[in-house]
Amino acid sequence: MQQILPYIINGISVGGQYALIAIGYTLVYGILRLINFAHGDVFMVAGLVMVYATTAMPFYVALPLVLIATVILGFTIERLAYKPLRTAPRMSVMISAIGVSYLIQNLAFYITGGVPQPVTRPIPWISENVTILGASTKRVTLITPILTILLVIALVYLINHTKIGMAMRAAAKDFETAQLMGIKINAVISMTFVIGSFLAAVGSMLYFTNYPSVAITSGGMPGLKAFVAAVFGGIGSIPGAVVGAFIIGLCEEIIKGLGYTTFSDAFTFALLIVVLCVKPTGLFGEKVTDKV
Amino acid sequence: MTMTKKKTIFTAAVLAVLLAVCIVVDMLLPSYHIAVVVIKKATVYSLVAVSMNLLNGFTGLFSLGQAGFMLLGAYAYAVLTIPVDKRAGVYQYFNGGALKFSVPEIFAGFLGDRVGTTVGMLLALLVGGILAALMAYLIGLPVLRLKSDYLAIATLGFAEILRAFFQWNALGPITNGSNLLKSYPAFSHATPYVVLAGLMIAVILLLINSTYGRAFKAIRDDEVAAEAMGINLAHHKRMAFIISSFFAGIGGGMLAMYMGAIAAAPFKSALTYEILLIVVIGGIGSITGSILASFLYIFFSEWLLRGLDAGKFLGINAPAIFKNGFRMVVLSVIIMVIVLFFRKGIMGDKELPDLLDRRPKQRKKEAAGK
Repeated sequence: MQQILPYIINGISVGGQYALIAIGYTLVYGILRLINFAHGDVFMVAGLVMVYATTAMPFYVALPLVLIATVILGFTIERLAYKPLRTAPRMSVMISAIGVSYLIQNLAFYITGGVPQPVTRPIPWISENVTILGASTKRVTLITPILTILLVIALVYLINHTKIGMAMRAAAKDFETAQLMGIKINAVISMTFVIGSFLAAVGSMLYFTNYPSVAITSGGMPGLKAFVAAVFGGIGSIPGAVVGAFIIGLCEEIIKGLGYTTFSDAFTFALLIVVLCVKPTGLFGEKVTDKV
Repeated sequence: MTMTKKKTIFTAAVLAVLLAVCIVVDMLLPSYHIAVVVIKKATVYSLVAVSMNLLNGFTGLFSLGQAGFMLLGAYAYAVLTIPVDKRAGVYQYFNGGALKFSVPEIFAGFLGDRVGTTVGMLLALLVGGILAALMAYLIGLPVLRLKSDYLAIATLGFAEILRAFFQWNALGPITNGSNLLKSYPAFSHATPYVVLAGLMIAVILLLINSTYGRAFKAIRDDEVAAEAMGINLAHHKRMAFIISSFFAGIGGGMLAMYMGAIAAAPFKSALTYEILLIVVIGGIGSITGSILASFLYIFFSEWLLRGLDAGKFLGINAPAIFKNGFRMVVLSVIIMVIVLFFRKGIMGDKELPDLLDRRPKQRKKEAAGK
């Protein structure tokens, strides 16, 4: 127990970070039926902005700046790369998403020179070490799950009890009818991208506090895993994404604890394939029937 | 002369000229010259892009597993062809590896050095393709029941799992863990690449024009209608997946040959994305487009835009802007423009012979004139 405990604590923390990314996937998929392949890269850009901003500015300026920059990035991607393709086949939009991901990675490579950027000034207080139940860890590990759950509660409130939330639910249910009912569909879609990017930025700040550096490829894996979490929980469902993310985070860290680090990534994808074959709608997803 | 005859002659002429150019380049330039390198790499990419197009463009199965199948082909080729006396050096962390033979050397034993080595190398490529096809069969059993984006993610996941397996230390005696595999034989000239890939692409082309190809296209256009017309969906999807993976495996082997040394690391999803984007630039559903786009893409990225990375481009000297990575930024912006505004790509769904067809506008004018 004493040996496996740090991995469990870590797993819950990683799960929280995946959850914050996974919500971005699930929200966008719910409305646009699009896997936003660029979401993982938005997460990576948030990490890079954090590294640059915290070295140049005090924290009370830098951290809000990271949030704002990431939100603007998410918004811009939607407007430039997805909006022109609204009437195009789904495959074109997905290709556009892959193109955006490619572009962001190449841009990041150009700006960073391809060198992983070290996190020289991690956010104070949360990056300090604490001991819990005999296991030493950073404070961020404990804060992540709590913050995640608070943010999710706020988000669920937003979706269930506000006007924009109602519009989002309507758009997710039936895109065209929602439009006919006078919902400004573009505003709703922009809103989902703003929320998704905001949460990804928060996740990124927590994630990279635990890591020594941000590389241009560091967005890919967490991004894909968060997507798997979203599918596992039932894509389109927010509680599903969160539960899925925590389960995946935990399993992954436990596999690492057992000494099979090479397979921690493979496990996630194996889980994805099993879920897709056994219960494609995930844990909490709604059943969709194809009509001819 | 009828139109079909004209088209056949035109196509044959274009292909003959291209082959002749390639042979001349090979004779005049040393094998390390950038032109030869570009032809080699572009040929390999063409084959892989066409194999991906067969699946994504002609059958409408959005699969993102190409990198995984290429990985299989590349490893099969490298593992089977490393000369026996070099194995101790390559597998230095694994006691010289588990395999104590090399296919080209076995054939060199009774077919003579030159012929035997070539036969052995081709055989190793073939083994890579067959392995990839077998893996595709296994993966296809669960995965092909999925649709569009779920299929994309599942195949992407399988490619990642494969990569993890190849980096696993327990398989080290065969795969060399996460270390490089090197010292295997390779064709030094560009012509063998062109001929080999050309033959493969010709086979794919024949397949597309066969009844199978028609069935694939029917599935792409409307799955339900295709099934109603008596096409066995599961069977044909599996066929398309296996065939595409077979050629991706061979393409992977050729990529290994081109690169000279391989590890599992570069066969990431980024490689699949790159090839997918090439297919899109060329036009989804056009073999000619995929080949053309591969050559343009490799030519731009390896040669023409080199200056963007090195500080000087078109005579403008600006090392502050033209530094490492700028080339790929420019390329990816071009790609995004094509993806957003020229969704049909260079060729749309037209092939080389179709270029002789008169433009629809002209035809309309003629019809109006009558």
